[in-house]
Amino acid sequence: MKLNGAQILCESLIKEGVEVIFGFPGGVLLPFYDVLWQYPQLRHILVRHEQGAAHAADGYARATGKVGVCLATSGPGASNLVTGIANAHLDSSPIIAITGQVARPFIGKDAFQEIDITGITVPITKHNYLVLKSEDMATVVKEAFHIARTGRPGPVLLDIPRDVFVEEATFNYPEKIDIRGYKPTLRGHPPQIKKAAKLINEAKRPVIIAGRGVTVSGAFQELHELAENAQIPVITTLLGISCFPENHFLSLGMLGMHGTAYANLAVDSADLVIAIGMRFDDRATGKVSGFAPHAQVIHIDIDPAEIGKNVKVTVPIVGEVKNVLRALNKQIETRTHVDWIDRIEEWRKEHPSLAIRETDALLPQYVISKICEITGGNAIIVTGVGQNQMWAAQHFCYQKHNSLISSGGLGTMGFELPAAIGAKVGQPKEIVWAIAGDGGFQMTLQELATAVQDNVAVKIAILNNGYLGMVRQWQALFHGRRYMATPLSGPDFVKIADAYGIPGIRVTDKVQVVAAIEKAIEHDGPFLIDFIVEPEENVYPMVAPGASLSQILEAPDEDIKVKAKPREISSM
Amino acid sequence: MTNHTLIALVENRPGVLNRVASLIRRRNFNIESIAVGHSEVPGISRMTIVVDGATTAVEQVRKQLEKLIEVVKVTDITQGSIIIRELALIKVHTTAATRSEIMQIVDIFRAKIVDVASDSLIVEVTGDEEKIDSLYNLLRRFGIKELARTGRIALTRGGNGTD
Repeated sequence: MKLNGAQILCESLIKEGVEVIFGFPGGVLLPFYDVLWQYPQLRHILVRHEQGAAHAADGYARATGKVGVCLATSGPGASNLVTGIANAHLDSSPIIAITGQVARPFIGKDAFQEIDITGITVPITKHNYLVLKSEDMATVVKEAFHIARTGRPGPVLLDIPRDVFVEEATFNYPEKIDIRGYKPTLRGHPPQIKKAAKLINEAKRPVIIAGRGVTVSGAFQELHELAENAQIPVITTLLGISCFPENHFLSLGMLGMHGTAYANLAVDSADLVIAIGMRFDDRATGKVSGFAPHAQVIHIDIDPAEIGKNVKVTVPIVGEVKNVLRALNKQIETRTHVDWIDRIEEWRKEHPSLAIRETDALLPQYVISKICEITGGNAIIVTGVGQNQMWAAQHFCYQKHNSLISSGGLGTMGFELPAAIGAKVGQPKEIVWAIAGDGGFQMTLQELATAVQDNVAVKIAILNNGYLGMVRQWQALFHGRRYMATPLSGPDFVKIADAYGIPGIRVTDKVQVVAAIEKAIEHDGPFLIDFIVEPEENVYPMVAPGASLSQILEAPDEDIKVKAKPREISSM
Repeated sequence: MTNHTLIALVENRPGVLNRVASLIRRRNFNIESIAVGHSEVPGISRMTIVVDGATTAVEQVRKQLEKLIEVVKVTDITQGSIIIRELALIKVHTTAATRSEIMQIVDIFRAKIVDVASDSLIVEVTGDEEKIDSLYNLLRRFGIKELARTGRIALTRGGNGTD
């Protein structure tokens, strides 16, 4: 069957199970869009900026576990994808970014809207391709999806010149491919697993630190089994949140810069750290030389290059988390660790890290805790970056696996709205909340139009404090309260929403919070709430940059009245 | 030994050298030399990369390189018994008075003179870096006009190869 390159691309995408493309057209993409109507299985969602397309594909990928696809034209279209691709790269999110390129005879001539996007994206993709012949298209697509979704997932970019879209070739989708240089290690090395089991069985004060790798490999049950059988407290990284039920008595929440005091103290005192599908990011470890000073470390990860990169490891195990945990669990003996768990419970009582102080002021933490209560923790939370992100991580009681979508590695402000659109497109039956700050929201709010045009019913909560809040917090704590460039004016977000055709409410008083959230959920379509929150509220607890996890700054005493996070909701 | 010799077998495709160079730069690895050419396998090129082990975590270099899709295999052959060679071309200033002394030095190093002009000659020398450095240092007082070095290439002794 002879098809042109654009048709071969569409056929190949369908073969890979693609249902949605987040894209934005342009000159060199005309031949592609001119065949796309022939493939109604491929839903095209028009974004308002290419960065939004990449974030939406990323949100879609994280919410579904499938590969997300975004599409942009050459030149500025391609370069606008860059932040979104980098974001997916750092958080190991499988996306395929397709870019148009100028026609082959113009490559290298600085033609109109030409940019070397394969050169630009070398350091921020798992791999990329410049497709120089339409006869290569099917194989390249097959390889690209294989690379994106297997091993440690990541973004793959395909750059396709305009004339390759129109060049005809025989379409033959390869059944199998063999890439010489790409053979991820899936099974852990048995002697290493045996060594790890021995350490776990002998440990007196073990902790598990679970990361996004648990979610990616769907090892929820296996993690549960390990934790319960050996009675090991479970701490998560930011992206590990929701891989283990937070109402479980073994759950200590998140570690790191804004982790709970008891999680950080547990890591600091542990004699064994079992790190699962995580990469010892500096926000998680604090000062790396002071990390877990008494502990031996077992590190399970599918990426061999993560082993020993930041933290010295006693027993490395390279493999897929699910496979490794299955093999490991067979060798784990039942333990109780009563003394250790009692000690942690003492810390939990002494340091109620997630308590929200009693006040009539509208606190951002209160907003998050109410969204949690009203949804019963059954919602997908997509955050921006900064204070809103940390409060969403701390105060929402995640009840569903894989229900926090957040820009962890790159820390991309403005991620929340387009990623929430992608997540909602992928999981239309779920309630999806974008938790935004008033700073980050202004970076990508044009995607409100995307939500309207395609009726993507995302719920948006802006925690509006009139500051670039996290930077302001650092200025408050470490720079003598010199608020340089952090006070921030914004538009009337309710009017903005209205202008886009989205209903919205402004909430200025604590008593209005519940009704507003309920109204947003009841509304069939996108909805925006502008919460005018306490302007100088800080995120606590905090481990200052460069400090060890044991050096914890807690909320000033007079502010705290214990009000524990809801822990009664049924387990996932 | 602080210098490590890594052998990277890579797909012979456009851009692969850029990927390797980009990775080395962005990870802040210190590289002494890199030499690239065909290997015995069609479609596979062989890169010999010399890494300064005092300033760079060599195992990280190896593992990060292996993550590149077009890199098939990376081996640190430093510990084994290996043959190391580099080739240098040295253009030395000569006069009637110095020519014979230079030729004697070249002879001692089993190097070759591959070009002679009225006021210069080109010396070709192969060996490990130390030998080339020694010859270069001896020739410096005559005046070096140009120097070209290939960077290290290496093979392990005996056996079947880096696999």
